[in-house]
Amino acid sequence: MRHDPAWRAALLSLLLLAVLLGGWEIAARRGGGAGAAVDPDYAALVGAAAAQGGQTPFPKPSDIAARLWGLLRDPFYVRGPNDQGIGIQVAYSLLRVGTGFLLAAVVAIPLGFLIGMSPLLGAALNPFIQVLRPVSPLAWMPLALYTIKDSAVSSIFVIFICSVWPMLLNTAFGVASVRREWLNVARTLEAGRLSTALRVILPAAAPTILTGARISIGIAWLVIVAAEMLVGGTGIGYWVWNQWNNLSLADIVIAILLIGAVGLLLDRALGALARAVAWQE
Amino acid sequence: MTAYVSVEGIARRYPGMTVFRDLWLEVRRGEFVCLVGHSGCGKTTVLNILAGLDAPDDGAVIVDGQEIAGPSLERAVIFQSHALLPWLSAEGNVAFALGCRHPAWSRVQRREAAREALARVGLAEAAQRRPAQLSGGMKQRVGIARALAIAPKMLLMDEPFSALDALTRGALQDEVARLVAEADQTAFMITHDVDEAILLADRILLMSNGPEARIAEVVVNTLPRPRTRANLHHLAGYHALRDHILDFLLSRSRVRPERWDPRAIPSWRPTTTLPPTP
Repeated sequence: MRHDPAWRAALLSLLLLAVLLGGWEIAARRGGGAGAAVDPDYAALVGAAAAQGGQTPFPKPSDIAARLWGLLRDPFYVRGPNDQGIGIQVAYSLLRVGTGFLLAAVVAIPLGFLIGMSPLLGAALNPFIQVLRPVSPLAWMPLALYTIKDSAVSSIFVIFICSVWPMLLNTAFGVASVRREWLNVARTLEAGRLSTALRVILPAAAPTILTGARISIGIAWLVIVAAEMLVGGTGIGYWVWNQWNNLSLADIVIAILLIGAVGLLLDRALGALARAVAWQE
Repeated sequence: MTAYVSVEGIARRYPGMTVFRDLWLEVRRGEFVCLVGHSGCGKTTVLNILAGLDAPDDGAVIVDGQEIAGPSLERAVIFQSHALLPWLSAEGNVAFALGCRHPAWSRVQRREAAREALARVGLAEAAQRRPAQLSGGMKQRVGIARALAIAPKMLLMDEPFSALDALTRGALQDEVARLVAEADQTAFMITHDVDEAILLADRILLMSNGPEARIAEVVVNTLPRPRTRANLHHLAGYHALRDHILDFLLSRSRVRPERWDPRAIPSWRPTTTLPPTP
């Protein structure tokens, strides 16, 4: 079994996908019949679609594929503020995640360095970190909206606040657990504080720091969807909510797949970065 | 001869226990001194104090007429666990040390000097490899190259070969003997290995067991140089020397002499009449 080549696993994956999609297609075709009779008063109230007894059918994979083709054919169109291509929406979300994440890195990595190097500072800041870390980043949203008074910046702040903790804690841990003997090497070579920090501590802690960054970007990508649903305007989260209001279920399925694919790519990118700085004893 | 290093009455105390106190020793320029003793007598602490990595609770260490306040490039340490930076290649590790020694050097200068230092320990071919891709003996060679590359006035070694297998250890001992002789290097080494001490040292300090460990005896190694592992046990006086040290480690290290002056430690030298050299 250990010698199974990768393509056999890939084949099995494809088979599972085919069964899943096939079953879905058949189930959706059968379940798409006419609904029960509707109270005429109610029908008059809610309009034609309901009057015909029609319920928005759950989309079939073939519908989704057709819709996906439609969306991807022109992903970057802009037809007014409420009608922009899916590529534009994803780009907005990525921009927010990227900005919030980078700001978090700029704050968390130096602060984590200080905490890791100074047990006193670490112990002093620990209560704050422990209380603030488990707070859902969306709980910060009202405060952010009140103080910043700009919904786009507020969503970046929410990304910042959720990305900061894993990077902060991992940096502090990585820096604190640099081997004593490596620090002794730097000391016997009379390496200065800056040189020791950049040439010994940073490379030693880099894999741990990047593990934190990888966790952060994963959380940030989870949070941005919810944040954009709240804030609205642009972004993939807003787009999902908009398609729900349009009762366009195929678009929601597509958004789910797209969010998953982009999340995977973000994780892979950070994983590649982590491999680049990894070292082995 | 003037002492390059003079350890003056240092002590290491923990609450309720004194590891050693009132410890005096000297290392002269160009001299190779070995400190031999059982585990727990504070040997490594003595070496760390000499390196400046640790501070004594009492007393002081004078190097070149100045009391030391911390580590110095003039006293290079070869660590027991080699302590190479695993994210740098062998060459990178040596070049890092060279960069600390000569901040004005260019990258190319550092690289050339690092290659040269690695070539001296027989590692020219492995310069680009990371420590994880090197055997234990090769890693320690890199550690030796790193220490020697910065041309320190003194070499400090904390059981540098104890983690290696016997064959590798032997090869490295010969190597260190050669390198130290070539550079007329002042050196201080901690070891458990009696033969290693006899091969390398001019004087061997025998430390009694802790707590309250002392340097109980100084053995003067009169065996002629150059010494190699191949000829060592044929040298006249070798067996007397070895027996004397082993006897100390096996029995006398536990005995505490009544009258004993930490500043006038009894010394011993093998009393053999050397055969006339033809």
